[in-house]
Amino acid sequence: MLTLAALFLLASCTGESASSDTTATNQAPPAPTTKKEEKKKEKKGYKIGDLVEDFELENIDNKMVSLASLGDDVKGATIVFTCNSCPYAVMYEDRLVEISKRAKAAGYPIIAIMPNDLSVKPDDSLDKMKIRAEEKGFDFPYVIDAKQSIYPKFGATRTPEVYVLDKTAEGFKVAYHGAIDDNHEDAAAVKVNYIDNAFEFLGKGEPVDPGATKAIGCTIKVKKG
Amino acid sequence: MERYTIITLFFLVVFTWSCNTDGGTRNAPVTDNRSPSEKLKTYDDFSRLESRLTTLSDSVYIVNFWATWCKPCVAELPYFFEVEKKYADKKVKLLLVSLDFKKQIESKLKPFLDKREINTEVVVLSDPDSNTWIDKVSPEWSGAIPATLVFNKDKKDFYEQSFELEELEEVLKGYFH
Repeated sequence: MLTLAALFLLASCTGESASSDTTATNQAPPAPTTKKEEKKKEKKGYKIGDLVEDFELENIDNKMVSLASLGDDVKGATIVFTCNSCPYAVMYEDRLVEISKRAKAAGYPIIAIMPNDLSVKPDDSLDKMKIRAEEKGFDFPYVIDAKQSIYPKFGATRTPEVYVLDKTAEGFKVAYHGAIDDNHEDAAAVKVNYIDNAFEFLGKGEPVDPGATKAIGCTIKVKKG
Repeated sequence: MERYTIITLFFLVVFTWSCNTDGGTRNAPVTDNRSPSEKLKTYDDFSRLESRLTTLSDSVYIVNFWATWCKPCVAELPYFFEVEKKYADKKVKLLLVSLDFKKQIESKLKPFLDKREINTEVVVLSDPDSNTWIDKVSPEWSGAIPATLVFNKDKKDFYEQSFELEELEEVLKGYFH
């Protein structure tokens, strides 16, 4: 009887490791779910070097802003997807005002685009954008992608997210895509300001390095359901 | 006969013990009586988290990147707690990686964890140069949160999205055999 019990215990004990062994050896490479496949296919947007289609979006002063409206003198543009409601984006508001001065001087003026759906983020309405811009002293256009048709062309996924565009004979091309700098929490501790870095490379007529970076941010909000 | 019984008993004890040590760490009852905020750990360097993004064990890990300031992140937390509880016998383990700002850990994150009695393991990842580590979590990740990694010793899936409970269970089912 005791022997039986011992055997049973032994079996249950090894049974566990045996079953885990089988999972390890018998497991075929997992087929990705269809949902995931769809998601990967959906992932698109401009890559470095891609030509950017011009857009026309409403500014906080109710005038329409486009790349063409920046005039003939610019060397390019700095597109910043940002919003009122994302704490991460808010941390960069003061820095954007500073960057704007340097961007203008370099010939790559900022256009800030608010991409969120207002039914999810009512705090991002044009009226509230106007208030924020006044409070913070934005000296650049702060436009709304009201139809949410422009941010997907860029392939933007979060706020804040930056695209530095270089104006060429063919049109505006993506020269840099990604983060504003390498420290969201502390402007004083920033080691690399990626936007300034992009202006520097463009000034020398060289490809921007790094041309692409990533940063944490808030997802761009789309209508639920 | 008596000697035989003693030998059998000896083996019984040995096997029971070996079984227990094997499963003991997994099924140990929670003896940590500290509050959620007292248990909170901070990783100042991504490398400390990186070693926890792979496993050789039989467990299925869910690693969720979130922050108290991220509304969709907070909204989906209950689903993670639910599957953690429901599938504990399938060795599903949850790790919450908070990306809360340093200056809000005391004022927002800790009260949040205590108020909601979040006893799941939470670590604060406080490594601001996120460009250096986002790709190490997953090259698919743009950096937007919520973001979730699900893995066992054989495979790994990454999701830059909010989860509904059903979707999360569907993902986990792909890990149960």
